[in-house]
Amino acid sequence: MLTIGFTALALTGGVWLVLTPRVLHAALALLLTLLAVAALFVLQAADVVAAAQLMAYVGGVLVLTLFGIMLSTPGAAGPSSDAVNRLSGWALGGLTFGGMAWILAHTSFEALPWRAAASGETNAVAPDSVVAMGTDLLTTAVLPVEIASLVLLVALIAAATIAGGEPTEEEPVA
Amino acid sequence: MLLLLSAALFALGLVAVITRRNAIVVLMGVEMLFNAANINFVGFAQADPLHAGRAWALVVMVLAAAEAAVALAIVLRVARLRGTTNLDLLTALRG
Repeated sequence: MLTIGFTALALTGGVWLVLTPRVLHAALALLLTLLAVAALFVLQAADVVAAAQLMAYVGGVLVLTLFGIMLSTPGAAGPSSDAVNRLSGWALGGLTFGGMAWILAHTSFEALPWRAAASGETNAVAPDSVVAMGTDLLTTAVLPVEIASLVLLVALIAAATIAGGEPTEEEPVA
Repeated sequence: MLLLLSAALFALGLVAVITRRNAIVVLMGVEMLFNAANINFVGFAQADPLHAGRAWALVVMVLAAAEAAVALAIVLRVARLRGTTNLDLLTALRG
């Protein structure tokens, strides 16, 4: 029941994001989708991922996006975003969704090799995943963590270099 | 259910990337694509006794944050240089 509700919320945000002509409304729509998906993560017993979703997406990416909107669009009219390629875009999106739904409907996930191998073991859903996740991140999943930290360091230095710096002569200060 | 939601969000993000003119809204569409992939990671990690998908979901989030930081930096730079974030008006590289 909760899953259905939050799924509907996420879809509402997604459709709103695609349809609204205002950039700020699109940011609000994205906020709705991200919060609903975080709630779905909690319902999937992945509460660490949900917390990361709240901090990294809602607290980080979305705030960054809002700053981007404010800094890149001077003027009181407010930024707008009209649509192009409507027909081909919706056709491609519909084809993608239809194809994926068809694949999902015709795939027997229980027959996958790793699912079959796992079916013998007990796979009870733990009420929370904090302890297991923390152990994983420092033992079996240490490679993803290291890759993520390195990528983040490089990207943040790159972002600061691109956005900052002194204005040169061919680039007047706005 | 979750996988269907993931497919729907992926399709909607794709539509946003294709049909929107504003670079920032295109970036929001890309964020939605990342999120759709994350839903799949978490959904399948549920059935995996090792729960490996959860760690990779965190990696996807970090990649999305890095992408957003770099892409918004580029958008800000372009907006300062050209005074617009409309992707159809940024044609200087076209021959």
